[in-house]
Amino acid sequence: MKFDTPAGRNPIDRLKVVGRPTDRVEGHLKVTGTAPYAYEWHDPRASLAYGVIVGAGIAKGRVSALHLDEAKAAPGVVAVVTHENAGPLGKGAFYVQRFLADPKVDHYHQAVAAVVAETFEQARAAAALVRVDYVSEAGRFDLAAQWDTAPVPPESASGGPPESVVGDFEGAFAAAPVRLDETYTTPDQAHAMMEPHATIASWDGDRLTCHTSIQQMNWGVRDLALTLGIPKNRIRLLSPYIGGGFGGKGTVQADLALAAVAARLVGRPVKVALQRTQMFNATIHRPATIQRIRIGATRDGRITAIGHDSLNGNLPGGRTEPTTASTKPFYAGANRWTRLRLATLDLAEGNAMRAPGEAPGLMALEIAMDEMAERLGMDPVAFRVLNDTQVDPMQGGIPFSTRPFVECLRTGAKRFGWDRRASRPATLRDGRWLVGMGMAGAIRAAKIATSGARVRLDGRGVVTVEVDMTDIGTGSYTIVAQTAAEMMGVGLDRVVARLGDSDFPETPGSGGQQGGPSVTAGVYAACLKLREAVAQRLGFNSDDVAFADGMVRSGNRAVPLGQAAQAGDLVAEDTIEFGDLSKRFAQQTFGAHFAEVGVDADTGEIRVRRMLAVCAAGRIINPKAARSQVIGGMTMGIGAALMERMDVDKRRGFFVNHDLAGYEVPVHADIPHLDAVFVDEVDPTMSPMKAKGVGELGLCGVAPAVANAVYNATGVRVRDYPVTLDKLLDRMPDAA
Amino acid sequence: MVGVSAAAALAVAPSVAGAKPAGTDTPVTAKVSLTVNGQRRELELDLRTSLLDAAREHLHLTGSKKGCDHGQCGACTMIVDGRRINACLTLAVMHQGSEITTIEGLGQPENLHPMQAAFIKHDGYQCGYCTPGQICSGVAVLDEIKAGIPSHVTADLNAPMQVTEAEIRERMSGNICRCGAYSNIVEAMTEVAGRKA
Repeated sequence: MKFDTPAGRNPIDRLKVVGRPTDRVEGHLKVTGTAPYAYEWHDPRASLAYGVIVGAGIAKGRVSALHLDEAKAAPGVVAVVTHENAGPLGKGAFYVQRFLADPKVDHYHQAVAAVVAETFEQARAAAALVRVDYVSEAGRFDLAAQWDTAPVPPESASGGPPESVVGDFEGAFAAAPVRLDETYTTPDQAHAMMEPHATIASWDGDRLTCHTSIQQMNWGVRDLALTLGIPKNRIRLLSPYIGGGFGGKGTVQADLALAAVAARLVGRPVKVALQRTQMFNATIHRPATIQRIRIGATRDGRITAIGHDSLNGNLPGGRTEPTTASTKPFYAGANRWTRLRLATLDLAEGNAMRAPGEAPGLMALEIAMDEMAERLGMDPVAFRVLNDTQVDPMQGGIPFSTRPFVECLRTGAKRFGWDRRASRPATLRDGRWLVGMGMAGAIRAAKIATSGARVRLDGRGVVTVEVDMTDIGTGSYTIVAQTAAEMMGVGLDRVVARLGDSDFPETPGSGGQQGGPSVTAGVYAACLKLREAVAQRLGFNSDDVAFADGMVRSGNRAVPLGQAAQAGDLVAEDTIEFGDLSKRFAQQTFGAHFAEVGVDADTGEIRVRRMLAVCAAGRIINPKAARSQVIGGMTMGIGAALMERMDVDKRRGFFVNHDLAGYEVPVHADIPHLDAVFVDEVDPTMSPMKAKGVGELGLCGVAPAVANAVYNATGVRVRDYPVTLDKLLDRMPDAA
Repeated sequence: MVGVSAAAALAVAPSVAGAKPAGTDTPVTAKVSLTVNGQRRELELDLRTSLLDAAREHLHLTGSKKGCDHGQCGACTMIVDGRRINACLTLAVMHQGSEITTIEGLGQPENLHPMQAAFIKHDGYQCGYCTPGQICSGVAVLDEIKAGIPSHVTADLNAPMQVTEAEIRERMSGNICRCGAYSNIVEAMTEVAGRKA
């Protein structure tokens, strides 16, 4: 179906199943350890071999010699895959990284070899016997060194133009009576999802089947076909359960590419997982940024000029981090300028991590807004309310489809007790703790994309939905099932949701917080077709049929739904496609985050004491799963604020802290009770579901809210994430 | 050769008499007898096989997860002889005769342990990968508190130990959840603790 006019009333609006905080439909499998993840598929007939990857020990250069005799002679070894026997390997269409040094080495821990053996222990031991000679070349590892020279990159397919101008920024900024000009840095961050990248690959003749762990099945098939040089229709990928992704499992990584190559080489199924210590340098990450922000305002607080100049680095051909995405539409101001620049770095590839663009962009912008409010002598909430805009100031003034940002701010301020915040920093004490409150605004694009679905009705009245969508912890199984249940008028116990199979109808998968809204809209479209087929089979006039309580009703007739499939299953398939509503309306999600921190007056130790998020994301299909997405984002945002940073060894060119002890993510002890609520709204311009994604919004704005709270507690402004105690200590207020 | 010395210390006779170091000849294996979820299991294992890999790759009990394979994430947590441990940090041959409970032994989809049911009710998980470890840890933590074993945040070692949110957060901090379900996990555990008391 084509969706090109705002949705009117439809069966979803009944909200008998949709909109309810139901438990996850697959929950019983996850809590009992019976949900199978990629590495865990067991086929007793398969003669499975284990692969262990050997990563490059240099950052840039080439492999000059491979000494494999010892490894090949080790017990149980079946083969050693290297560029010498792997055959030609292409690369995918989304990542620029190459999966095997050939012999050119592009970055540290790029795969040099994969050792295949009868057991994991044998493969691991033999991998340690692979010796590699390298010829190193000088690499570029220092982002800051390229601030003055890095060029503006060509326009990318997804990120929009790298530079945008409205009005006369320089002139208005120079003329503004109140000005801010500060530079902020965000570090390289790791997805650090709990399940390592893993694949079991098996060939049946020229057909390849892989149990793997990727978020976008259609990208995975495309990119694996490109990598192996085989047609897409010979590949089937299965990812019904994924142990977290956050963008890091978008598409093919080395485990999948090399498992497929190894299995082809040895003529047996091969399973490969990246070792945890390899994940940080061998896959993608969120790239570090340097961002200069300039804001000019009138004395009464109206923004007249806003400028954002941002730099990140990447492998040649890699993508630019679109940090200015949030600066463009967020606040009013007649004169605007944003620019992205891209340096070349010989580190692992920088690419999408949860809310690419907005998350690091707001880390800078929302501290700048806090600083600007202080210069104006205004409350940070009031300053944002004053500069709200109901039209997109960068897109020719088109209206936002919905924009309850001010409601998010006001609801949050009231619920959090913002009026108890001390406007002067470092003035509130609770024993040894300096206490402060901070807040930040949040905005994240509400994307939606073409999405298919197949629905089947059987004689028992059970509705089975098939989509190639994935559930990475987001609740996809549950909202797909809720949508079908609502449409067909049955309970959740009569719906089976089947996901994560590339043979199922194509969806955008999990990414860009567009999966949930897109896929449920596709299920809506397929269910409309199934309703028509049911009506026709039962001899009803399809204009006047109600589906409710497991029954189909028309006039005085009422028939159990399953009766329509007595003579055989009814199957319907459709794809929802979207017209130009996203061009007629600026579609975004909004939020406001509030944080209270305590900072130890003597040691500078920072503790988050409480947090609140107020989010607006259209119809919330499942408030329980959506709330979990938001508090999960808040948790990750606390990590971004206070601890997460991959440290670059600028001499040898790699991320030094490449495990979960060195790369610190929040643990239980770091996280207080988190509060998250939603603004009650629907957005009819999005889809018949009137819903938007929320999983990435929950992260946007969290880190600056915490950073602003630390400033309010201590009076020490840190513009270099993460905000760690060493950056506070020498400027802390006198403890006496 | 850690495996060999550990095995020797526990008086497990390698079934292949191997004086040669592993890696140059046939791997040294040993017969290992474990009681897993109440069932006696006899295995012939490479001495280098971790308890986690014994469960996942040999017994096909894949509920215990491998998140890091070196004791930094807690996804592999099992309850061994009444105490929770990181099963990736211990070799299977070190557990001759041990009583091992994995997530599969706590409860099954149609017969949930109260902690498993509470995780569903409070949405104490998202992707589900750390979940078995969180639940095994959670069950063991409540037992540790009941047994009066103190933690870093226990203020008074002489007073009866309480299940507080601070105790739960401290004791659960070896189990990382990157999806960020901590706030909900604390609520699930608090409910189960209340039900027990």
